[in-house]
Formats: sequence, C-alpha cells, structure tokens
Amino acid sequence: MPPKMDANTIVETDEADKRELGWNNRVIKTAVRTVDRTEVARTVEKKIEVRDLSAYYGAFRALAEIQLDAYSNKITAIIGPSGCGKSTLLRSLNHMNDLTPNARVEGRILLDGEDINAPNVDVVEVRRRIGMVFQRPNPFPKSIYDNVAYGPRLYGLRRASDLNGLVEQALRRAALWDEVHDKLHQSGLSLSGGQQQRLCIARALAVEPEVILMDEPASALDPISTLRIEDLMHDLAKEYTIIIVTHNMQQAARVSDFTAMMMIDDHRAGRLIEFDETEVMFTNPKDKRTEDYVTGRFG
Amino acid sequence: MTRFQELIAANQASGRARRRAVNGVMLSLTGLATLLALVPLFWIIGYVIYKGGQYINLAFFTQLPRPLGMEGGGVLNSIQGTLVIVILSALFAIPPGVLAAFYAAQHPNTPVGIGLRFATDVVSGVPSIVIGLFAYAVIVKPMGHYSALAGGVATAILMLPTVVRTTEEMLKLVPHSLREGSLALGAAEWKTSLSVLFPAALNGIVTGFLLSISRAAGETAPLLFTALGNDRYDVGLIVKGGVAQHQSIFQIIQRVVDQPADSLPLTLWKYAQQPYPERIQQSWAVALVLMILILLINILSRLWVTSRMRRLRG
Amino acid sequence: MTARASLDPRRASPWYRSLQRVSFHGDLPWRWLIILMSLLVMLVMVAIGIQLWRETPMARSTFGWGFLKFTTDASWDPVNNHFEAWPFIYGTLVTSLAALALAVPVSFGIAVFLAEICPAGLRTPLNWLVELLAAIPSVVYGLWGLFVFLPVVVAPLGGALLAALGHIPLLGAFFAGPVPHSGASRLGAALILTIMITPTITAISRDVLQSIPSSQREASAALGATQWEGIWQVLLPYGLSGFLGAVILGLGRALGETMAVTMVIGNSIGGSLSLLRPGYTMASIIANEFAEAVSRLHSEALMEIGLVLFFMTLLLNSLARLLVWRVARRAPQEARA
Repeated sequence: MPPKMDANTIVETDEADKRELGWNNRVIKTAVRTVDRTEVARTVEKKIEVRDLSAYYGAFRALAEIQLDAYSNKITAIIGPSGCGKSTLLRSLNHMNDLTPNARVEGRILLDGEDINAPNVDVVEVRRRIGMVFQRPNPFPKSIYDNVAYGPRLYGLRRASDLNGLVEQALRRAALWDEVHDKLHQSGLSLSGGQQQRLCIARALAVEPEVILMDEPASALDPISTLRIEDLMHDLAKEYTIIIVTHNMQQAARVSDFTAMMMIDDHRAGRLIEFDETEVMFTNPKDKRTEDYVTGRFG
Repeated sequence: MTRFQELIAANQASGRARRRAVNGVMLSLTGLATLLALVPLFWIIGYVIYKGGQYINLAFFTQLPRPLGMEGGGVLNSIQGTLVIVILSALFAIPPGVLAAFYAAQHPNTPVGIGLRFATDVVSGVPSIVIGLFAYAVIVKPMGHYSALAGGVATAILMLPTVVRTTEEMLKLVPHSLREGSLALGAAEWKTSLSVLFPAALNGIVTGFLLSISRAAGETAPLLFTALGNDRYDVGLIVKGGVAQHQSIFQIIQRVVDQPADSLPLTLWKYAQQPYPERIQQSWAVALVLMILILLINILSRLWVTSRMRRLRG
Repeated sequence: MTARASLDPRRASPWYRSLQRVSFHGDLPWRWLIILMSLLVMLVMVAIGIQLWRETPMARSTFGWGFLKFTTDASWDPVNNHFEAWPFIYGTLVTSLAALALAVPVSFGIAVFLAEICPAGLRTPLNWLVELLAAIPSVVYGLWGLFVFLPVVVAPLGGALLAALGHIPLLGAFFAGPVPHSGASRLGAALILTIMITPTITAISRDVLQSIPSSQREASAALGATQWEGIWQVLLPYGLSGFLGAVILGLGRALGETMAVTMVIGNSIGGSLSLLRPGYTMASIIANEFAEAVSRLHSEALMEIGLVLFFMTLLLNSLARLLVWRVARRAPQEARA
C-alpha cells in the first residue's frame, strides 16, 4: 500500500537513507523532525486536492473514487494504459467535462482549500485559474498577438500599452518570444507544430493562471520540439503548478516530481492505484500492476 | 501585483457578472430567433388549413372550373396539369442529371467535372422566372404555342442542379471498397456503376429526387410563359377521346402535352388576383391542396430513408 | 446470356468479340454517355445566357446602357415605346437588401442555437421545421402575405414607421407616406422576403458552424471565455467566409424571388424612394407583363431585364460558392508539424 500522503504526513529521511538510495534534490524538502507545520506547509503545500472524485458519462462510470494531490510548484504526472481515464480526470479539474453532454463529475476538487466542484462555483473563473494545453495544438486562426491577447481582452484590457506587456511576458515565459517577436501579426497557424504548441502555452499563461494542465502536450510533436517543451515545463514549474497526462513513461520519469498511476478496474472505471514521488514510482513501486506497467510488461 | 492582477481585482464582481449577463442574454436571443422563425411557419400552415379547409369538397377535386361568377367547380385541370408537368420534368431532368452526376462523382478534378459543378451552381441560382423566359425563347416561340411540354422543360431545368448535386454526393458516399470489389471481379465500369454504385446510393438519390419534385410542384414562375394555363385541361377526357378515335398512344400523349396546361400554383396565382370572393376562397383551397401534396412528399422521403435504414440494420 | 458469353470467349461470335474489345466491354459508350450528359448540363447554363442575349438585339441597340441608368423620372410606357429599367432595379435592390439586413441576424441566431445550444433531442425536429419553412411555395407565401400579413402586420407597422421616422431629414425619404390602405408596399415585400430567405442562410450557417473543429471551442473555454464569447470571437471569425457565402446566397434568392413579392408589393412604378410605398421589382414586371406584351420592343425590354437579373445572380452565386468552399478547405489545416 502506498503511504497515504496528506498535509499531516511529514516525510522523514535522514542523510544515511538518502545516500543509500541515491536520491537527488528533487525530493520533498524534509522538515526533519520539525513540528513547525507552517514550515512544512510552505514546502509541501498542496495546490489541488481531489477527494472521492467519480465521473460519469450518462450511466457509465468512467472514474471511480479518485484521490489525488498536486503540490504547488511541482509537476505531477498521470500515467496509465490508454483508455484508463487519465484525460477524463484532467478535464474534470477545470470543468472541461461540462462541455460534453451527459457528463457528470461528483466529489470534491479543492483548489487552495476551496471546492471548485461545488454547484455554484464560477466556472469561468476556475478556468482562468486552471489553464489547459491540449494534445494537438489548437491556436485560433488569428495573429500570434491576438491569440495570446485573447484571454486578457476578455477581461476588458484594451489598451495596447497594457496588452503589449502581457503578451510579451507570456511569450517569454513560453520560450517563444525570441522566435516570433518580429512577426507578431502573422497568423498563429503559420508556425511549426512545436511553435504552435508553445503559442498555446503562452496563450494559457496570458491570463496568469495558478495551475497548468497539460494533456499529452508533446505527443503530436517531433522529438526535438518535445524536449523543448519538457525543458519549458521545468521552467514553468517555478511559478506554476503543473499536472500532465502522458502515455510516455520516459517523459514522466524525466519531467515530473510526482506520478500517479491509473488503471481500469473490472467495471471499466478508472482508478488511481498508486501515487508517489516519481523516483519511488519508477524504482520501487509498491503495486505490482504499477511495476508491470513501468517496466513495460504491458500497456 | 501585475497590471493584470490589478485589473482582475478591480473587475472581480462587476466584470464577471457583466460577462455572465451578456452570455445569458445573447444565448436567449438565439432561442428567441428560433421561435420567431417558427411563428410564420405555423401561422401560414394554420391559416391555409383554416381557410382552405372551409372550401374543400369532393367536387373540388373532380370538376373543372366553372365560369366566373358561378358557384362551385373544381380544379381538376390544375391537379392533372401539375401531375403531367411534374412527370415531364422528372423525365427530362432525372436521366441526364443522374448520368452527369456519375461523371462528376468519379472524375471530380477534370475540366468537365469542375465545369459541371460550376454549371449546376450557376443554374441553381438563376431566378425561376428567367428560366421561364429561356424556355419561352427556345420552345414556345419556335413551336408557336404554349404547352405543358414547355412547362415541363422549364421545370426540368429548375430540378436539374438539385438532382445532379444530390446524386453526386450520394455516389461519393458509397465506400470505395464496394466499387473496387466489383471491378476486381472483372465487371466493366458501366456494370459496376449501374449494378453496384447506383443501388447503394439509391436511398439518397430517391430522397433528392422526391425533394426536387416537391419543389417543382410548387413552382409558378417558370410556367407563366410556358404552360400558361388552361381551364379546359382534362387528361381523362383526352385519353377517352383518343381511344374512341383509335389514335395511337403517341398521338394521345402528344395531345396531352402539346397544349397549354394549368398547375396548382399557377391557378393559385390567377385566382388570388381576381376580384371574385368565390375565386379567392378557391385559391385558399388550392393552397391547402398544394401544401398537403408537398408535405406528403416530404414525409414520404423521410419515411423512405428511415425504412431503408431499418432494413439495412435488419 | 451476355454475361456468360463474355466470360467464355470461345463461344462469342467474332463480331461481338471485336465489339467488346473496341468498347472496352461496354465502357466506352458508357463514358461517352455520361460525359455527354455532363456537357448537356453545362450547355444549359451557357444557353440561358446566350439565348437571353440573342433575344434582345432590338432592345439593347435602342436603349444601350441608358436602360439601367438611375433616373428620377423613369417611366415604363409600352404604348409609346419608352422603357427604363431603373424603377425595377431600385425596387429589387431595396427590398432584397432590406430583407437581408433583417434576415442575417435572425438567421445567424437560429444557426447558433441549432448548432451550439440546442439540446440533442430537439435538434432534428427543429432542423426539419426550418426546412419546412423553405418548402412552402412562393405563391402560398404570396397568398398569405396578401390577405393576412399585409393587413395585420405591414399596414400598422408602416403607419408606425411613418410616424416615427417619416419626418427625419434624409432618412425620412425612405419612410415617407402615405401608407397604402392595403399595406401593399416595398416594406411588405421586404418582410416576406426576410421570412423566405431565412431558411437558406440558416441552413448554410449551421453547416459551417458544425464543420468548425471542436478543438477551437475547447481552447476558448479553457481560457475562461463564456460560450457566447467563444461563439462571437472565435467561431464567427473562423467561419467568416462561409457565413458570407450563406449571406450572398440568401441575397441571390431574394433578388430572384417573384411570386410572393409580386403579390405584396403593389406593382406600381411610382417615383418615391420610400419603403412604405408600393413599388415594383424586376421579376415582378416580367411576371406581370410578359405574357401580354404589346410590341416586340416591349417583350425585348422585358427580356433584357431578365438578362440583367441573370447576370446579377450569376455573379453573386459564383462569389458565394467560392467563399463557402474556402471554409471547407481550411478546417483540416489546423496544425502542421
């Protein structure tokens, strides 16, 4: 059984263990033997907590009782064989499933402690705070500038002086500024696939979200673009919380701090079967099914 | 705090509330627009049933019109005229249309294919009255008199683009595997087209055919200068007379199509403009008959589609 | 029999076999046949234009381009052989453009509702109802328009517009009275045309909306836009050329609409510009006068009006198809690696 990790768990390791297992610095900061919870809280702060989440398409239950935590400024990867509900889980977080008729999400999703799956929540605001990047880049058929400015303009920002700064900032953070700064008025569709995906990331960043969801962000891209996106993710993690879905285990291992393993149960509902730090997940998984999956025995 | 965050904070309640309100209003307006479109639909149909229903009786369907000022009479001539003209237009439009569609579906990127698509688009946009003028110029003038035949030709031209386009689309929907399987068995292309493609696409072709018929039945403008109108048009009488005089079937057919004819919409048009209350009432009744005819054809084509679907699913 | 004969070459007679070879087993005549039919269809299009041209030599030489000229005291006098087409051109244009201005927002609203908002169960019946609106024959619209719509809606509306707008400088000229008692007016024609072209514009716009990939809607929603914001700022620009095509096709239909318009427009050549007064359209004058034209010049003049109408719709139709085609091409072009 994986250790249940919540705000009350304090991970303790001592230096001897660390050396033996070869852990590197991408580990939860150990608040060794300190009872000062605020200290702990700051470093193991949970941005998103999913509790008892179940998702239904009509009568069919696609996700069953998911418990998941995503830590601030960490990258959490969700892996699992295809069809196990990874995307459904991701899309539940920012209410994208509302766009599908007959879709229903039950359970609690806490963003900084507030339940955003409550009935009267402002979906528009949730989606601003939790941004999303899709599998296939989907820029609007507008100029690069207008693509990035789309979000801010919704909030009434009209003046060029305001928008220019925001657009530049977003494009810089998405590592695209250098390549497009002199052709901001060209169509977004004129960029290459990898650039388009970074444009979509910039577009999502422009409204200053707190969390970024990425649904297999590099699966439609060539290997070089993929690596650039992965580097970008590391940079972005410094300011945002990132949750990515990927079917590429090597990518999960390279990129993420935490990994969640999902699988379908006998009723074809997706369940979370293991959640741990990535290091542990890939070197010493607790669940046999996880071990089979990460060693490539199936899926 | 960034500028964006400042603005967010400032606009928090009002900005979001306003956007939500705009969203609600605009989406409701679209629903309203839909309702608005349905109002004339039900109004017209309801009124036609109400006014037309008052006048309909058996005589209406079986008698020829009485002279102006006299009561009673029917629109037998118009009903028969409509049937004759629709049959003629189908005969003229369906064979060339379907055959041309075979070419367009299989060779879409040749000059002829592209030209054909362009031509059907153009003809489908030409006003029906202009097509009536054309038919007048090429048929009525040389022949020297108005005729059902000319009306049939004019209506056929109207139907042609729809027939071509629908047939072409249905043919394109037939999976390639069917065609290739037939060709691989050694069947010639023409046999493949007729025995394999055509039946597979028949469903949609018939639907398109029925819909263009329903359009043809309601057209007036092309008949104004071609069929003109004929109070005395009675096919039954012509056939009986022809048989009595031992005329050949060709002669009988010629007599049927070679004289001016009336049709339901044409009669409606004429009667509505005459200052006799009797005629006005009759025009409502004609409208009812016409609407029922068109509705029947529409429902028939939908039933055809669903019955074929059901049979396919077994 | 034939099939078996063709399967077994030994049993076919020599002349049959060579016929088979020459005709590619029946394919050659088939191909000729379908090409011939295609050419026939194309011929029809060309023939219409050519024939109308050939029917109007006297009219064209007599009037020249002046036939179409804008003039404030245009007259149409069959007795004295004085023909000017401007009143009819004006009538056609003003009723069609007014109808377009009213129909476009309504049609677009309906298309958005049907494509984006309508619950799935309602979609099919509503689509069918809108199609039914298009199936009603023009004469039936005219009949209802003449006896019901004009007195009940147009006449009072005309009175209200006259009162509200008739005295404004400049714009008031379009709303000058007096409003005819029956209501027969360009306004009536414009309103009936609005109803008649709405299904056309709606159907094409709805198809355009449905062809836009859902990834665009998802991208907009994920950024925190409301549904309307996504429709207005993403979907509308995306399908713009398709929507323009739909509008232009609607305009084309309005220009050529004959029967319903003739029955409600009042058929008068009067010089007023006003929407509230009776008028005349190109199609109407042909419908009313052609069968009883008094002279060769008269009928040629009417034919020439038909020719003008032909060219107008030819141009509009080509433009519209080009635009609709452009949207269909763009959809798969989303992301190139």
